[in-house]
This record gives sequence, structure tokens and C-alpha cells, in this order.
Amino acid sequence: MSEVILEMRNITKTFPGVKALDNVNFSVERGEIHALVGENGAGKSTLMKVLSGVYPHGTYEGEIFFEGKECRFSDIKHSEDIGIVIIHQELALIPFLSIAENIYLGNERQKNGVMNWRETVSGTRELLKKVGLYESPNTLITNIGVGKQQLVEIAKALSKEVKLLILDEPTASLNEHDSQALLALLLQLKANGISSVLISHKISEVSQVADSITILRDGATIETLDSHKDQISEDRIIRGMVGRDLTHRFPPREPNIGEVVFEVINWNVEHPIHPGRKVCDNINLTLRKGEVVGLSGLMGSGRTELAMSIFGRAYGRNIRGTVRKNGEEIDVSTISRAIKNGVAYATEDRKTYGLILIQDIKNNITLANLGDVTEGLVINTRKELRNTQDYRGKLNIKCSSILQKTLNLSGGNQQKVVLSKWLFANPDVLILDEPTRGIDVGAKYEIYTIINRLVTEGKSIILISSELPEILGICDRIYVMSEGKIAGEMLAKEASQEKIMKCIMSQEEVVA
Amino acid sequence: MKTVKELFKNNIREYGMLIALIVIMVLFQVLTKGTLMKPVNLTNLLLQNSYIIIMAVGMLLIIITGWVDLSVGSVVGFIGAVAAVLIVRYDFNVYLTILISLGIGGLIGMWQGFWVAYQKIPPFIVTLAGMLIFRGLTLALLEGESVGPFPAEFQKIAAGFIPDFFNYPGFHVTSVVLGAILCVALIFLDIRSRKNNLKYDFEVSPMPLFIGKNVLITGAIMGLTILMASYKGLPNVLILMMVLIAIYTFIADQTVLGRRIYAMGGNEKAAKLSGVNTPRLLFLTFVNMGLLSALAGMVFAARLNSATPKAGNGFELDVIAACYIGGASASGGIGTVIGAVVGAFIMGVMNNGMSILGINIDWQQVIKGMVLLLAVFFDVYNKNKNG
Repeated sequence: MSEVILEMRNITKTFPGVKALDNVNFSVERGEIHALVGENGAGKSTLMKVLSGVYPHGTYEGEIFFEGKECRFSDIKHSEDIGIVIIHQELALIPFLSIAENIYLGNERQKNGVMNWRETVSGTRELLKKVGLYESPNTLITNIGVGKQQLVEIAKALSKEVKLLILDEPTASLNEHDSQALLALLLQLKANGISSVLISHKISEVSQVADSITILRDGATIETLDSHKDQISEDRIIRGMVGRDLTHRFPPREPNIGEVVFEVINWNVEHPIHPGRKVCDNINLTLRKGEVVGLSGLMGSGRTELAMSIFGRAYGRNIRGTVRKNGEEIDVSTISRAIKNGVAYATEDRKTYGLILIQDIKNNITLANLGDVTEGLVINTRKELRNTQDYRGKLNIKCSSILQKTLNLSGGNQQKVVLSKWLFANPDVLILDEPTRGIDVGAKYEIYTIINRLVTEGKSIILISSELPEILGICDRIYVMSEGKIAGEMLAKEASQEKIMKCIMSQEEVVA
Repeated sequence: MKTVKELFKNNIREYGMLIALIVIMVLFQVLTKGTLMKPVNLTNLLLQNSYIIIMAVGMLLIIITGWVDLSVGSVVGFIGAVAAVLIVRYDFNVYLTILISLGIGGLIGMWQGFWVAYQKIPPFIVTLAGMLIFRGLTLALLEGESVGPFPAEFQKIAAGFIPDFFNYPGFHVTSVVLGAILCVALIFLDIRSRKNNLKYDFEVSPMPLFIGKNVLITGAIMGLTILMASYKGLPNVLILMMVLIAIYTFIADQTVLGRRIYAMGGNEKAAKLSGVNTPRLLFLTFVNMGLLSALAGMVFAARLNSATPKAGNGFELDVIAACYIGGASASGGIGTVIGAVVGAFIMGVMNNGMSILGINIDWQQVIKGMVLLLAVFFDVYNKNKNG
């Protein structure tokens, strides 16, 4: 095919005690989309940090060649100057500045320190057109959604005359629709000769757009697959990542579903800042004992808002409606009452809302139910230790000790701590919001196994997820949400990705 | 087996400030040619810092939640003024006055807590307002002049010593007995926690180090009590401080309340979503601060034997500095009561030592400022190094 634009040779990077990268070789051809996949901790991000100069020359071994010349980056600025731009998973935009100001931040259109606003705005307009974003350059970042913010990041990269674009999990927080738009944009950039490296956990996207796929495992290159030559199935990629066959991505379960235990009746929620705007519109749903019910829908369809408003009015205002457990109305007006009445909600954003990162595993697990390890006013440390050790074993939390800070755990293990916290609160109804977001295939499987075990023990689970295969693979029954309403309900065995998407679309048409 | 060097490195944040305190004490003991540790001066040192330590205990809880209270100095002045006006001008009963003053302190805490916790006004602004309000009220109440002196009963709070039950001339036996009881209690607690840790396979320091540490602490406590026993014995206010330190250490480490305060400081949103009533908790920490400021206000007034319009001026800075020097984090969630107390003593010993040496107040401030900066830098540096 064409020439090689980037070549990384024998890259080795060690941190105290760990070899994060071990003789990794990685090369990208001009004008291709090259996917980089691997489990969490496989070394993808470290490799990209070496490439972009976050880890400067001299802190690693090996050589980097870009457009045939050897590069020794001293910082990010240096790598950006020659056309390598990285877009991180957590977007680096400033919320209260406009799109135009963000795009030219650090690279201002100016003369002697005075801003040239005309050029800033017109330049932004050009760039936005290129990425297919139709917003005014003066719109504040905070007023546009995550999907659009992602496009602004790409426009920002284009403003730097990018030759190689690195995207770290760009679709992790996007819905299906925005993800597709982003992938289409990547293909369009490719047509214009811009190469990209796509880091993603979503295998389906990778096989959809990538020209070649490099698989990393435990800090080493396992293989590079060429999607034009080989027939690459998703299972083939996963096998390379985990080093074993995952015959089932979802563990099997024999459903044993009982009576209705939980009902939400005529539930209405208004937006906390814009009163009168309905975020949840007359929602009714039921949940049976031992059942996993999926809540599917696009981002912004009101799934998280519904869950949080049920959980002690943690979201919204003017909340009206009833919640019943075992046929009787229960009080969920504050979070502690909701917990007391057997409802728990594990957040989609574990770092911001789920964990106290500076505290250890033990303190995090017992926080929502300290009463269980307390005598009088005093915490019984012995009992607390015994209980948390138990969960460490049951959920297979990988850590040096339960006194380890949660900050230093991997994403999958952090998620297990959040789950332990809510299991320790002993709820009957557990709402899991995107429990597998941003964690690797192996850890996902473990989380699914835990979900299965819980319902087998007689608990009931509401699973919110943006990944349709996950909803289809794990749930017994599915509600589809759209525009704050329940757009449809179906049994998982009768559902398919197409059926769910159709359901969402038909609701949107009705609204429009 | 870990080497002593490694152990030292791992625990440097825990013991670092204590070691710094000892170094500073030794330094000034040498520089002042032994004056620092003379029984009279030691007693003075304690009395001079008692009100700072009392407030540091309350301030620590607020700092753990992630905020500060700037009004405590003014509250000290205001409560001193209230007590003086009631006792001196209106002949109120001393004990009734103490209760009323504490009550007013609690109300002040509720006032500030209300704005902070339920109206979501940043504490920095609420307490900055409080600083002005209560200083102004102090001036108004005292009509710009000092009010005093207090009756002996009231003075005893700050200037009295515990009674001696043994009557051994020239030596205060009760003090030594109390010191010994404290030592035994501390050793008992330490052995118990070590046993617990061993049971759960957690790391413990090797036996010789464990024994060494306890011998050192026992030696220090007994040495100090014997020194003070050779003067007038233990001051009342020291007992008050010890009781407060014990109670608040217990609250912070062992109770649900303490655990929740740390959780809230570590991540308020996560704590809230785990069912912690964060506004009420914040409210309570401010009420507590009001109470302790009132107590400190009375101790300070009793020590000066009068209420003055300027009383408590700038105390808030000493109190906040004590907490930070003692290892509390400015972003919340981290800090210990003992640390804050050690921090207060570091400031106190330097004040006292530099005064004995005749260093001018201007240079004292420069040096104290540098120490605060270096102490926090040391903490941050260690944190970064250990990842």
C-alpha cells in the first residue's frame, strides 16, 4: 500500500516495579485508520503518551520515526508542532469559553498579544464545517452535548494541521447515533489523507472502520491484523486481547423470575434548571423478583435522570409519582430513605459520584451502610474488616489489601468496589447505570457473572446501558426510553438491536 | 524484614511533624540556654497556646470538609466581651455566664452553618462576613474599652492548677499520678490495635521499634509531667485540652459521624449519593466550631483577666496554620486531630522561643510564615514522591 508515516521501534517503558511496555513495535501507514486494542492495563495509553511526548525522550527506550525522521519529543507541544495530536478520553475543553476560544486556545489568532476575533471566528466556522458541526462559534462549550464537544476537539486538532490524530476512547460517552457520526468523520478525514489511531473498547466500531488492528496484551504487541487481507471477526479480536477463547461473552443464566416486587407509577420529573421541561414523562415500569430489566435508549433520553430521581430525588425537581415495593408504597424522598427501603443506585460515573478516591477500599464499601458495622455510635473496626475482606473475595477485587486507596485501582476493580458498596447496603432493587463503561473484556465478564449471581439470589436489577449487545445479552426484559418517555417494552428473547433502534426512532418521529 | 530506614521513609508523613516539633524544641532549648524547658516557662507555653489548640480541634473538622472558618478570632473577642459584660457589669453568676457564653457560641455556629449549609453561600464569604460582624459587635459591647477584672472563680479556668491530694511539699504528686495513668492507657491502646492488625495480617512495625516508640512516648510524657509537677502541677486548662483531644480523636477515628465527615471532604457528591446528609453534617461542624470558639474565648479572657476590643485578633490565621502544618489537606478529606495539635505546638514553641531570644515581632512573623510554607511544601513533596 502506501508509505509508513509513523514507526515506533522496540519501545520499552518501565515504571517503578512494572514494565508497562516491553519492546513494542507499532507502525501506521499514511491515510489509514489504525485501531489499537487491548484490555485495560495492556499499555495502550502508555504507548500513546510516549508517542505524544507526555513521557519525554529519555524516559523510555526505543526509537520513534515520523515521516522518516527520528523524533525525540520533549513535551506535547513538540509533538503537536510536527502534526501529532492526541485527544484524550476526558475532554480538555474549558466549559465557560466559547467554541472558537477553545479551538484556538494556546494557538490564538493574535497580533502582539491582542486577539484577532474576526480571524478566530471565521477560522472556527471553516473548521466546524469540516467536522460537520453546525453551531455558532460563539456558543459556550457547556451548552453543547458531549458528542458535539468531541467534534470540537477534532476541529481543534485540525486547526493545528494534524497529520496523525490519536483518539483515546472517543465514543466511550457517546450514544449510538453520535458514535456513528464520529466514525463517519474519521473515514472522511482518512479520505483527506489524515491518518488516525483509534483506541477503543468497542470492538464492533473497530471492525467497522479500521484498516488495520494492532493488539496489545500485557505491554507487548501480540499481532497486527490487516482487515483488507484477513477476515476478522469480533471474536477473533477478543481472542487476541484476552489470550483465550471467550466462547460466551455473556455468562448463561437460567432465569427464575417471581412476583412483581417493584413498581414505578406515573413518574414525572422536571429539569432542575429549566422548570417545566419534562425529563421523565409519565413513566410506568415494573420489576419482578429475580429479574434483570434493561433500560435502553440514547444518551439524554432520560434513563439516568429517571434512575436518580427514583433514588432519593438525587436529580430533578417537581417530582411526582409513586414507587411501590411488594405492593406497598415506599418513601424514596431522600437518599437515606431510599436505601433504607431497599433501593440502591450505582452511578455511571464512578470517579465523580461513586468513590471517595483518597480513601481505602474498606471505607468505601461500608459508607452507605455504616449502621451494619456500628455499635451505638462507634464503628466496630473488626467487624468492618471482616465484612470488607468478604467482599474482596466474593467479587475478586484485585488489590494489595483492603486498606489500599481506591485511587490506585484499575477501572474494573473500582467498579467492583462500587458494586460491593451497594451490595453491602443489602438492597432488594439494584439500579446499575452503565456498570461496564470503560472497563476491559475480562472485567466485564466478571461483572456480568456478579449480576447473574445476584438475581439468582432473588434480587432484582435494573440495568442501564448504551451498549445494545450488553442489554440483549444480560437482560430478561427491556424498556426502551426516548425523549423522557417509555417508547416500548419487549422480552429480551424477542428483541434485537434493530428492533430497539426502530423503537427509539419511531418515538422521536412522534415527538417531532 | 524491613530496614529501619524504609520504615522511617514510609511513616515520614505520620511522624514527620512530630519529629520536627522535637527538633524545634531541642533547637530552642539550646539557643535559650535551657530556659525553654524550665518548669515555669513550660507551664506558660501551655497556657499561651491552650486557646489556639482548643480551636484547632474544631477547625480541623471544618478543614476536613474542605473549607475554613475565618471568623473564629472575632468570635473569641465577642464571647470574651459577653462574659466580661455579664460578670463585671451585671454581676452574673460565673457558672451561669459560662453556660450562656457557650450557648451564644453555639448560636453563632448555627447562624454561620445556616448560611453555609442550607443557603449554599461559600464558607469563605460567610465567615469573612462573620469576622467583621463579630468584631464590630465586640467593639459595640465593650464601648471601645477593656472590661475587667474577673472574679477568681472565672480566672481559674485559664490560670488555675489541679488540686493536689498528696500534700508533698514542693512537688505535685497528683500530676505525676495522672501522667502515669495516661501512659498506661496509651500503651494499652497501642498494644490492642497492634494485636488487631496482626490478626488481619496487616503490616505492623517490628517489635523493637514498637517497644522503642512506646518507651519514647512514655518517657516524654513522664518527663514533662515531672517537670511541671516541680512547679505548680498540671494547669486546669491542660486537662481540658487533653479531654477535648481525646474526645475529638475518638469522634474522628471511631464514630460514624467522623467517618462521614472524612467521606464528605474526600468526595462530597459520592458521599451524598451514599446517603450521607451532607448539609446537616456541614451545619454541625460549624455549630461545633462556634462552641469551641466560645470556650477558647472564655479561656483567653480569663487568662488576660479582662475583655479587650482587640482580643482574638488574627487568631484565625494561627489556628488554620496549625491545622495545615499538622498535615491537613487544603482540598479536604485529610487531616488528624493529633496533627493539628502538634502543628499548634510547633507554632507555639517558635513563638515562645523567639520571644525569649528577643527576636522582634516583625521577624517572628516572617519566620512563622516561612515555616508554614515549608511544612506544606514538605507534605506535597512527599505525596508526589510516593505517588
